[in-house]
Amino acid sequence: MNQSISYWQTFSNVLKRDLQVAIRNKGDIFNPLVFFVIVITLFPLGIGSESAILTRIAPGVIWVAALLSALLSLERLFKNDYNDGSLEQMLLSPQPLFIMVFAKVLAHWLLTGVPIIIIAPLLAVLLHMEESAYGALLATLVLGTPVLSLIGAIGVALTVGIKKGGVLLSLLVLPLYIPVLIFATGAIEAAALNMPYAGHLAIIAALLAGSMTLTPFAIGAALRVSTN
Amino acid sequence: MWKWLHPYAKPERSYQLASTLLPWFAVSSIITLLIGTVWGLAFAPVDYQQGESYRIIFIHVPAATLAMSAYMAMATAALVAMVWQLKLADAAAAAIAPVGAVLTAVALITGSAWGKPMWGTWWIWDARLTTELILLFLYLGIIALHHSFEDKVLAGRAAGILTLVGVINIPIIKYSVEWWNTLHQGATISKLDKPSMPIEMLAPLLINILGFGLMIGALTLVRFRNEVIDRNSMRPWVRDLVAQESK
Repeated sequence: MNQSISYWQTFSNVLKRDLQVAIRNKGDIFNPLVFFVIVITLFPLGIGSESAILTRIAPGVIWVAALLSALLSLERLFKNDYNDGSLEQMLLSPQPLFIMVFAKVLAHWLLTGVPIIIIAPLLAVLLHMEESAYGALLATLVLGTPVLSLIGAIGVALTVGIKKGGVLLSLLVLPLYIPVLIFATGAIEAAALNMPYAGHLAIIAALLAGSMTLTPFAIGAALRVSTN
Repeated sequence: MWKWLHPYAKPERSYQLASTLLPWFAVSSIITLLIGTVWGLAFAPVDYQQGESYRIIFIHVPAATLAMSAYMAMATAALVAMVWQLKLADAAAAAIAPVGAVLTAVALITGSAWGKPMWGTWWIWDARLTTELILLFLYLGIIALHHSFEDKVLAGRAAGILTLVGVINIPIIKYSVEWWNTLHQGATISKLDKPSMPIEMLAPLLINILGFGLMIGALTLVRFRNEVIDRNSMRPWVRDLVAQESK
């Protein structure tokens, strides 16, 4: 009946709804963030607080923590909608699935990726990161965390119908995260040595462009399998 | 043109075809692997730099190359299953996955055994090794996804999507030795017109690659037959088959 809804309206409706739902359950925003902070504080406790070591491992620690917290928060991306049936309604609606999936993933990134980007410089201070690397850290997080949400959404879409999908999800998604991790930490380490890191950033940007255009199709196909 | 293919969309015909092909693949792979391995391990000349230990190449290179080829075969089957909705293509993809995973593991283990005398370390985080490890994880993820659905059709579709997403890793493995300066040496047999190794070494290697390929074919056929039987266990023709076997 609502054939007249434009693509943009579909997009903003889904986005608004997801943000609203999340704001009403604030734990969804804060738990992954607290997890991110706690994982990072564990490293100085476990490895020792010598600043030379912490400087060396800071990029990797921040990025691995970001990967894990993205993984932790991914599960709620489709789970509630799947349980209460609204996901099925989305699949049945005449609007293109690409747009709705894209809006949902964007909402997920705004709720979990952006807070990490905001808090990461603070944690970098705690880990005594090289000052010249802050720009690279932020740039890689801005470009890289959306890729995590997009790729992770494929895994969630595949496992949303399975009872104990959590462990399986990490098995499916983490191997696909490795390229992002490699290039992001490569860029930060290059920046810490005052070397050019634009090449690394370009590759992460390429990953972002590729996953933005292609993964919504894979996510949509996976959702159709899961809700079968 | 496609008419001759259509009958094989029927599980029964496919099963029969697999049964007919299996002995050919099995026998020819055993013969080629025997020739290639014995020639490579006992008769091929010694490498002037690496000594005898280079001989692991006759296992390592075929396993590593064909682990990627097996992945591409699985991805092709997954694509066919997704585009033309052929259920047997799903069965084929499910059949290849564990074979490919084992090959990847063999490539990693032989590689690390080769790395110890040559590089002085079992493992380094080099681009080729890391991407090959990712390939193993991808295989394991696909196998896990196959096992986590009750419904085989759903499992096949879900695993198919993951398989196609994972294809992105294959060119990265293939070109990792060219894109990054790594400890791992470049491609061994890329230049067929002017090979970088003498013909006495190259010949057994190529024979072994062929043998590994045939072996993958044979193992996949065995597993494919099992998958077909498993998915059609309620059909009359399977019951007839079982009745015949138990006679």
